[in-house]
Amino acid sequence: MIEVDVESLGVRALNERLHRLPRDTNERLWKITNPKGAHALAAGLDRPLSIEIEGHVGYYCGGMNKQAEITINGHAGPGLAENIMSGVVRVKGNASQSAAASGRGGLVVIGGDASSRCGISMKGVDIVVGGSVGHMSAFMAQAGHLVVCGNAGAHLGDSIYEAVIYVGGEVESLGSDCIEKPMTDEHRSKLEQLLASAGLRVQAARFRRFGSARQLYNFKVDHAAQY
Amino acid sequence: MPRSTKAKPTAPATAANPAGRREHASFPPVVIAEIQRAAREGIYDIRGLGAKRRLPSFDDLIFLGASISRYPLEGYREKCATNVTIGARFAKKPIELKIPITIAGMSFGSLSANAKEALGRAASEMGTSTTTGDGGMTQEERRASKILVYQVLPSRYGHDPDHMRSCEAIEVVVGQGAKPGGGGMLLGLKVTERVAGMRTLPVGIDQRSACRHPDWTGPDDLEIKIAELREVTDWEKPIYVKVGATRVKYDVALAVKAGADAVVVDGMQGGTGATQDVFIEHVGIPTLPAVRQAAEALQELDMHRKVQLIVSGGIRNGADVAKALALGADAVSIGTAALMALNCNAPLFLEDYAKLGTAPGYCHHCQTGRCPVGVTTQDPELEARLDPELAAHRVRNYLATMVLEAQTLARACGKSHLHNLEPEDLAALTIEAAAMAKVPLAGTDWIPGRGGA
Repeated sequence: MIEVDVESLGVRALNERLHRLPRDTNERLWKITNPKGAHALAAGLDRPLSIEIEGHVGYYCGGMNKQAEITINGHAGPGLAENIMSGVVRVKGNASQSAAASGRGGLVVIGGDASSRCGISMKGVDIVVGGSVGHMSAFMAQAGHLVVCGNAGAHLGDSIYEAVIYVGGEVESLGSDCIEKPMTDEHRSKLEQLLASAGLRVQAARFRRFGSARQLYNFKVDHAAQY
Repeated sequence: MPRSTKAKPTAPATAANPAGRREHASFPPVVIAEIQRAAREGIYDIRGLGAKRRLPSFDDLIFLGASISRYPLEGYREKCATNVTIGARFAKKPIELKIPITIAGMSFGSLSANAKEALGRAASEMGTSTTTGDGGMTQEERRASKILVYQVLPSRYGHDPDHMRSCEAIEVVVGQGAKPGGGGMLLGLKVTERVAGMRTLPVGIDQRSACRHPDWTGPDDLEIKIAELREVTDWEKPIYVKVGATRVKYDVALAVKAGADAVVVDGMQGGTGATQDVFIEHVGIPTLPAVRQAAEALQELDMHRKVQLIVSGGIRNGADVAKALALGADAVSIGTAALMALNCNAPLFLEDYAKLGTAPGYCHHCQTGRCPVGVTTQDPELEARLDPELAAHRVRNYLATMVLEAQTLARACGKSHLHNLEPEDLAALTIEAAAMAKVPLAGTDWIPGRGGA
């Protein structure tokens, strides 16, 4: 394992070092210490690395990630793993707003709570939140899955497209065009698979499923008030 | 005796109004027609292109050619350079353009693949850049463009770090001149399987894209966002920030403060593939005042020529280019005009214009996807009407013409580089243009708003 102190090396030098690793690198295990809220830490990776970050991170940690598995033993600032393409980004604590925004693939696991707009504009990423999510989560969510073990704040899934939301607790309110849909065996097994991949031991039975009513897909004057 | 109820002629008889009827100033026939359309359809009108209303513009400025007090350049042998470097503030690899005219961002989806390819080829031949759009990068445009600017947009449709790393520059799009404060629209007719696939959306839906970025709001966040983009691309690429022209001074200053290498300011004449007509016509300020305000903001920060200013919105010819540069722009960007060079509104396939209820010269039906000349369509039959090679040749010729025109004007003002043009080379024909461009009304020393006589 390679240990790097961000405070002494600096974010720029660390990211550059991670970006320049050869495709077939053997330097796969990394421990990053003293992040102290630094932004864009381990952003733009494209190697099958396993990275542990010991402490709290700022904005955009693991942004646009490909292949790498990043674990944050702390809390994360806004835009955690934004536009993630593949790989896994886990935060043991809480995540600030817009976690996994516009993510196109891979898995984002938030052990604690996520703030507002978790999964905004998501495009295929799977997000599993151990705690609760704030308002406007899964806003304009296009594809992928958002699993919330706790509660969801107001306007969940507003203007949602084809993404699927599972919530274990209470939903404060649903956004425009987002409705509850029946849980079939197929959905339950998908949910179990997502919970398992996140390493969470939570019963799938109590979850409800939400998705698009598809009423806003084409402009209709009768829906003007919902736009 | 009862008064006659028969209307008497109250206006001069003309070909359009042979009976000499009086037109209502507030409710002319065009306004009545729009009220009745709204009453019938119950939804706003959505269309393509930019503001159609008359606006103060570069046409209201003229150059003061050299004479006795200053001498012109000899057109046959004295060089007037046109190159521009963008991104030297922070980027490890700034881009070098041979001409100060770039191709603006227009989405694949809104435009056909052939149109994108033709623009890329033309720009490459002329040594300038083209730009992706809302909907992601296509391999056709990447192959065709030597210098490709990758847009990071609120929707993040098809946003791919590999694509971003493969491009020569990055443009963070905050707004556009046709609709500052508005998100994109692509009506279902154009959301084909390929377009939908690139955007991760269902086929055939009326697609509305976000007007705010999903992961940042405000200037402090923008600074952190730009830093992230630099980290992901190892500080190699110039990063532009594009805004629709509204509160230009503040927006430009904030973009500079947030760490932009270049600022793109798009005036309200700037086009769109599909937006509400009310938005196009009533939001934003014209390009003319926007250039001067943007240049002043940079000068106040001592960043003029350090952070490049790229201006767009209704640029049509070499005179517009030269005037924008004289007012302080480092380069201009063209969208609508480039489409017209491709063949937009050309008098071909008249029956297809008629099917859209329009005619060459009046068409703004990009939103329908039924473009008669194959530019703004996803229909294979219509797209085939645009031969990318021939179309590229037309755009190349058009760009070359604009450069020659701008050089002609610059030489006449005695300038050995287009960037040496300055506001002192200009005078205004209208009081409005004088006030907006901050150059004197022709034949006077008067700049409205500047005090003095």
